[in-house]
Amino acid sequence: MDRYPGTRGLAFREALLWERSRKGRIGLSLPEQDVPRSELDAGLVGDGPDLPELSEVDVVRHYTRLSTWNCGVDTGTYPLGSCTMKYNPKINDRVAGLPGFANLHPMMPVECIQGALSLMYALERDLLEITGMHAASLQPSAGAQGELAGMLMIHAYHAHRGRQRRKIIMPATAHGTNPASAALCGYSPVPVQLSQDGIMTPEAIREVMDEDTAGIMITNPNTLGIFESHIAEIAKIIHEKGGLVYGDGANLNALMGYADVEKMGIDVLHVNVHKTLSTPHGGGGPGAGPVVVRDVLEPFLPVPRVVKDGDRYTLSSDAPLSIGRLHSFFGNFAVLVRALAYTRTLGKHLKDVTEMAVLNANYVKAGLKGVYNLPFPQPSLHECIFNDAIQRKQGVTTLDVAKRLIDFGYHPPTVYFPLVVDGALMIEPTETESKADLDGFVEALRAIAGEAAANPAMVTDTPKNTAVARPDEVLAARHLILRGETPQ
Amino acid sequence: MRYLSHTPDDLREMMEVIGIERVEELFDSIPQGVRRDSEIAIEPESEWRLLREFEAMAAANCPVTTFIGAGSCAHHVPAHVPYLASRSEFLTSYTPYQPEISQGTLQAIFEFQTMTGSLLGMEVANASMYDGASALAEAALMAIRVKKKPKIAVSRLSHPHYLQVLSTYLRPTAFETVELGALPDGRTDCGKVPGDVSAVLVQSPNFLGVVEDLGAVAEAAHARGALLVASFTEAMAWGLLKNPGSQGADIVCGEGSSFGIPHNFGGPGVGMLACRKDFVRAIPGRLVGQTVDRNGERSFVLTLAAREQHIRREKAVSNICTNSGHNALTAAIYMATAGREGLRRIAQINHDKAAYLKAGLEKAGFRPLFNAPFFNEFALTAPAGFEQRRAKLLEKGFAAGLKLDAFPEYKDAYLFCATEVHTRDVLDAFLKEVA
Repeated sequence: MDRYPGTRGLAFREALLWERSRKGRIGLSLPEQDVPRSELDAGLVGDGPDLPELSEVDVVRHYTRLSTWNCGVDTGTYPLGSCTMKYNPKINDRVAGLPGFANLHPMMPVECIQGALSLMYALERDLLEITGMHAASLQPSAGAQGELAGMLMIHAYHAHRGRQRRKIIMPATAHGTNPASAALCGYSPVPVQLSQDGIMTPEAIREVMDEDTAGIMITNPNTLGIFESHIAEIAKIIHEKGGLVYGDGANLNALMGYADVEKMGIDVLHVNVHKTLSTPHGGGGPGAGPVVVRDVLEPFLPVPRVVKDGDRYTLSSDAPLSIGRLHSFFGNFAVLVRALAYTRTLGKHLKDVTEMAVLNANYVKAGLKGVYNLPFPQPSLHECIFNDAIQRKQGVTTLDVAKRLIDFGYHPPTVYFPLVVDGALMIEPTETESKADLDGFVEALRAIAGEAAANPAMVTDTPKNTAVARPDEVLAARHLILRGETPQ
Repeated sequence: MRYLSHTPDDLREMMEVIGIERVEELFDSIPQGVRRDSEIAIEPESEWRLLREFEAMAAANCPVTTFIGAGSCAHHVPAHVPYLASRSEFLTSYTPYQPEISQGTLQAIFEFQTMTGSLLGMEVANASMYDGASALAEAALMAIRVKKKPKIAVSRLSHPHYLQVLSTYLRPTAFETVELGALPDGRTDCGKVPGDVSAVLVQSPNFLGVVEDLGAVAEAAHARGALLVASFTEAMAWGLLKNPGSQGADIVCGEGSSFGIPHNFGGPGVGMLACRKDFVRAIPGRLVGQTVDRNGERSFVLTLAAREQHIRREKAVSNICTNSGHNALTAAIYMATAGREGLRRIAQINHDKAAYLKAGLEKAGFRPLFNAPFFNEFALTAPAGFEQRRAKLLEKGFAAGLKLDAFPEYKDAYLFCATEVHTRDVLDAFLKEVA
């Protein structure tokens, strides 16, 4: 075990904030009272929120201890499939924090925001260069909101052409957010048969595509990590029947420098900048989900749009067909600053990023083949999906393997997704893992397979080294406790 | 490239294990017809050059003192707040799907839910939404899910951008909004709420700065069998004002970026969404719940996933998954720092500064648009010639309020904001220039 990172040493317990609270403490520095006090009508004033009372030191200790119960990309290998947990470069955070960006109010006259607009314009250009598409909007706040933007544009496109459609083709390899985003536009999903190779065929698409179908939602490479090699022909079939192709760009890390999104026939694609373009996931956001479109959808992009006129930048809402606004202001700007820092740092080497991501995934795949079951042995790109078909016979499930992996010092892969694979272990190492890290990860998984065969309890009775072990999720849902008591 | 670590030896060994001779072979599944025909035309930059370029872009924005709120009020960020939040265990982790190694995020979000609930006077708050505008749109859809009536009555005095986002979300649906106009005192006219609405949606303090009488709005809504959805753009106000829950709100939504998050040119912020516990199964977004682990230790997990897209797919209550977790953490650190008394005092100071600025502007010839209570924003009618003066003031480093272009019915009206960041010296210097 010595060669695995594992865990050792001190692990502090930490109370809830209000259990530390003592009446009369304030952790905030209050400014000098240099203007007269102004009394609001007493009828409008409340008792004040029931917040805990702590010193600054209490707060610092509390959150520092909590942080030690977490695991980030900076801590170690984090091979969550579909999430692209690559290294988050620190220079990106530094430039995002420049006072000229951080302290910039969003409702300033256009003369005062030229730097911010030029940055947004530059990022739009870079996204178009990387994808080969025609126009972009940076407004969506996350991948799912990018999907919503895309589906709203497809909906607006059909409405503009005079006849709305009711259905959307949705392969089982789609992300879970895809059907939910389509449902917000009133489209009902139509399933499509996958080939034995785990991809869609033109024949299957021809069978389901009709003139009441708005289009298709495709993730490419799909959630099995396999490239949809018939995509251009599939798009042609969709287009011939008047439909449009939505591309889920969650897996763009597999394509940079290789594929041209426009040539694939995709009409709108969202880009998860917190995946492919290295902005931090932050434990669940904020991310950003810009959309790039082919010319046919440009009139429908969200407003306001950044417009360049000579050396001057402006914001324009003059777009009668636009789906409208999606964000309180202009998008998650501080996240977008980081994304541009990344595209500018890597530049043409984004192709190397893709190559190393795909190499790493295939290296892990080669190392685990035979030890875990590989339901789709076809060539795959940036991720590989195994399952527990072998271990289940020994009484060990995917969940057990994941929990045991934690004891070895690795964040588990994505589990039980995609749904087309029973008991999936979905591994996406990303390009930033070194060979030594990958070797350790593969050996840990091989060791776990050995334990499962020899003594399953070693795997099922885990994790052992964590602050808590297998919290009862059923109890949590049955006896809902969504907020704590705040005794003072 | 410094983010990639494979040496030529590593590459050779790895390719040997995979059974390939060139990395390009791994891409054979991509047909020629969809390949790009040129390399990516972006020149890689060193850290030195990158920093210079970004500093130049940042410097191309004017460094001015703003007296504009409008959904992004200037507030002081205590030094320890971003310091703690930027610990990489918080910043570089994913959504807490593996609770054993995510208790830090999970407990922090549970505490965020608890403090947000206290702030707003609501029983349940979720783990956050993208921003105030999307929280409002989702709150409206949620109210329709609960009440099943096809319309929402919406105050005209809500943030115009938020209403634009709401109409974007409603565009493909059969749902409609009915506008509620303004009374002469700057409050929303709730006298004519139609009977077929799921909710009455009112912002307080409203976009023109006026503190609404939410209790009266709740009565009007409930009398029609509708819910009160209370929205806000200035979370700091609830440090001083009666919270929406105590006045009868059923759903509360808004923007929480006043708590430790800089302007960032408007994003990312943090959407807050809270409700009464009867509606918990209709609330979108992630929820953290308390439970015990197999050794009986208190622990936290994501819960009620049966509402969410990755389980329910097209039957989910929303498509949201990634939200604004890291900004929720930041806001939680701020709320914990301020505490009950600190938040009340900083909120009072906000009101004091705004009242001082308002009195000074009135002396300079501005007239209040309304005779109504305000928190830290207020609308005034400017004396003749102010629009020209405003350009001059900008050159002197002052962004002198927001012209209320979105409300043409109020001629020559401007929205001003002052907060704890405006010292008396700055306020006096500004007033001297205006006079």
